Amino acid sequence: MSISIHSISKTFGAYTALDNVSLEVPNGSLTALLGPSGSGKTTLLRIVAGLDFPDPGPSSIAFHGDDVSEVSARKRGVGFVFQHYALFQHMSVAQNIAFGLRVLPSGQRPKKSEIRDRVLELLKLVRLEGLEGRRPHELSGGQRQRVALARALAIRPKVLLLDEPFGALDAQVRKDLRRWLRQFHDEIGLTTLFVTHDQEEALELSDQVVVMRNARIEQVGKPQSVYDQPRSPFVYEFLGNVNKLQEGKNVRYLRPHEIDVLFAAECDPATDVLARVYHLFSAGPIATLTVKLEDGQFLDVELSRKQLDELSLSVGDEVAVRLAGRTA
Amino acid sequence: MRHCSATSESAWVRRLLIGVAVTIISVFLLLPLAAVFAEAFRKGWEIFLASLHEEAALSAIKLTLIAAGISVPLNTLFGVSAAWLITKFRFRGRSLLLALIDLPFAVSPVIAGLVWVLLFGAKGWFGPWLELHDIRIIFALPGIVIATMFVTFPFVARELIPLMETQGSDQEEAAIILGARGWQVFLRVTLPNIKWGLLYGVLLCNARAMGEFGAVSVVSGHIRGETNTLPLHVEVLYNEYQFSAAFACATLLAFLALVTLGIKSAVEHLTGHQSSNHQ
Amino acid sequence: MQKRRVIPGFSLSMGFTVTYLSLIILIPLAALFLKATRLGPSEWWEILTSPRLIAAAKLTFGASAAAAVVSTIFGLLVTWVLVRYRFPGRRLLDAMVDLPFALPTAVAGITLTAIYAPNGWVGQYLEVWGIQAAYNPLGVFIALTFIGFPFVVRTLQPVMEDFGVEYEEAAATLGAGRWIVFWRVIFPMFVPALITGFTLAFARAIGEYGSVIFISGNLPMQTEILPLLVVSKLEQFQYEAAAVIAAGMLMISFVLLFLINLLQRRLNWKNH
Repeated sequence: MSISIHSISKTFGAYTALDNVSLEVPNGSLTALLGPSGSGKTTLLRIVAGLDFPDPGPSSIAFHGDDVSEVSARKRGVGFVFQHYALFQHMSVAQNIAFGLRVLPSGQRPKKSEIRDRVLELLKLVRLEGLEGRRPHELSGGQRQRVALARALAIRPKVLLLDEPFGALDAQVRKDLRRWLRQFHDEIGLTTLFVTHDQEEALELSDQVVVMRNARIEQVGKPQSVYDQPRSPFVYEFLGNVNKLQEGKNVRYLRPHEIDVLFAAECDPATDVLARVYHLFSAGPIATLTVKLEDGQFLDVELSRKQLDELSLSVGDEVAVRLAGRTA
Repeated sequence: MRHCSATSESAWVRRLLIGVAVTIISVFLLLPLAAVFAEAFRKGWEIFLASLHEEAALSAIKLTLIAAGISVPLNTLFGVSAAWLITKFRFRGRSLLLALIDLPFAVSPVIAGLVWVLLFGAKGWFGPWLELHDIRIIFALPGIVIATMFVTFPFVARELIPLMETQGSDQEEAAIILGARGWQVFLRVTLPNIKWGLLYGVLLCNARAMGEFGAVSVVSGHIRGETNTLPLHVEVLYNEYQFSAAFACATLLAFLALVTLGIKSAVEHLTGHQSSNHQ
Repeated sequence: MQKRRVIPGFSLSMGFTVTYLSLIILIPLAALFLKATRLGPSEWWEILTSPRLIAAAKLTFGASAAAAVVSTIFGLLVTWVLVRYRFPGRRLLDAMVDLPFALPTAVAGITLTAIYAPNGWVGQYLEVWGIQAAYNPLGVFIALTFIGFPFVVRTLQPVMEDFGVEYEEAAATLGAGRWIVFWRVIFPMFVPALITGFTLAFARAIGEYGSVIFISGNLPMQTEILPLLVVSKLEQFQYEAAAVIAAGMLMISFVLLFLINLLQRRLNWKNH
């Protein structure tokens, strides 16, 4: 079910959280709302869920063409996973997951046995079989995350919304869950919108990235296009490491991996500049080099270990640096 | 415990301080407690029981129970309502409301009783009207109940508000998104989360309701056997120099205090839940 | 402008809360002030400067302040011991601190009198030294210290419990002796909580009735406290005079309440 967002604005007193934001989320996609804190992404997510309301105006939110702007959060049929999971502390995992089904009006409520089956089915889906009797405080962060997900899915939502799903987890758990979420999404095919401030996460996971900043959308596109063809310095800087080279009046933006390092003797004045190696970090799959140009500016360069070995550099060596970036 | 660390006093200073503290608490707090029971049993077990079975005493106990039985549930209802309002919503006047809830704590019990006399007493606002309809509030049960409600008004709210503030609204929002209606959210999600705070609040509210003296004294008229709660009955007996009887009734109240503290301690110990504050 | 809210129950809780609050608290207090204004300013002046009231006020405020000071000192010591040391019976002592708070005031009143009266448990020893503890201001002071004590301890306790030992360690590594560490490093951090505790104890003390009227003797001009004066006026059907005195006491209470709220908010910001 697609999500269509039109002209949403939201102010909290003097503070503008969203400024006339419009967005199309295609059916079945995994879309990331990416941006720094204060960019409005969580506010937008909550408005889509119905937990918050846009300022009065020509705004609308539609799921698969049906306008849900006036529909209460209770009836929107949205699955929402909170940043800190918001699991019901005094209920077991099974009771948490079953909650959405048990509060249905008696006409629509499934039989107890059906509810139980669905709970077990969902536990299996999120790979937490056997934990149905546990309480939330007995679970790890990653497990709580998955219970929250199962709970949201129990009501067969039209769309799935995730607020910083991996924010509260350790680095390793985060990586594992990321992989898992992508697989999971491919399995169930539910339209999913998630909020994150981690660009790596957004680029790795999503079908569509929405870069937000200061209450507005800066750019929307596939991860590849947003990364390779950023429309503004902000997007460029936010999505990866950046070098900013002052050339006269212009600023030239360069990714560390877009810079080549050659032997000083091979320096071609037309395209290269001379520099000295200032700092070298090579404990890892990629070597990071900091070079100091003649005019005193610094550049960060990324090389593969192989390239580094071929050059056999040490701090203080003179090298030639070939730039292939873009001018702002 | 003989070690001397960088952040601790020498052993003898410690012992001295502990000794002084224990002495202070013993003389100051435990001594009065012991005295209540000692004085009550001074004339022996039989006199003790007789005092409690005396008609005026029994009716005083009954009145105390009724007053508490009405004011505590009502104030609990208020406490829950006010806590829900204040912690789940933001609105203009919220801070004012919070301050107003604390008001009875700042008011002398005597004034808490006085205001009702000014409203419903013979020369009060509604005095003539009540006279006309032959309704007695002051010097009767309703007055006692209302005065008790005034002084015990904030207890449940003050216990719940910090608790619910800390818990936030995430779980309630989650429940709503999952399709729960208002009452379902409250009963299934909020209430279980606040049950210990609710217990503490009710305990403290009840202890104060049963033990209230000043406010009730002003509105009751001290009509023996009719409008004396247990604390007032203690005063009456004392002023009549029936010391043992007075202390006998006092032990009931002291016992109530100990039970309240005991339950509170036990719950804190067993569940690790602490009371929100002590006011 | 109807504001949409996600969480339900706003109108219901607002309606009930405000109605209940008005009926139980606001309207009665308003009635008090209205009654007090029945008299003109000159009569106000007469009542508020009458010798009997001044004597009662001196006793009430004086004893309350002194009691609050002593409560604070005792409270600091006891809290320190309870929080920082481990010894048998500590838990029991900790629970007992709440006793004056949980014990009905009348019970406290008659018991304190029994203890400090000339033939009482402690009173008989004081008698030997010529100190009379009951039926005079000293008795009032003792009773007020009793009831103020838990306020200081319970306000100070969370602050002390949260107190990071790093400060002491830092001072110690810089070479400070234990006494200096206490006065220069530790104590200043407790001052806000102590002030709050003091104010709470003071505010409670000036309105206290039940704990005090048994031990004080209640002689007008000598051992009469302000709340008793109000009751006295009431019993003589001098409603307006009672209202005036009560209104005055209320104003002071409100100022103190405001102060306490301010202090507690500052305290919470500092500690959380």
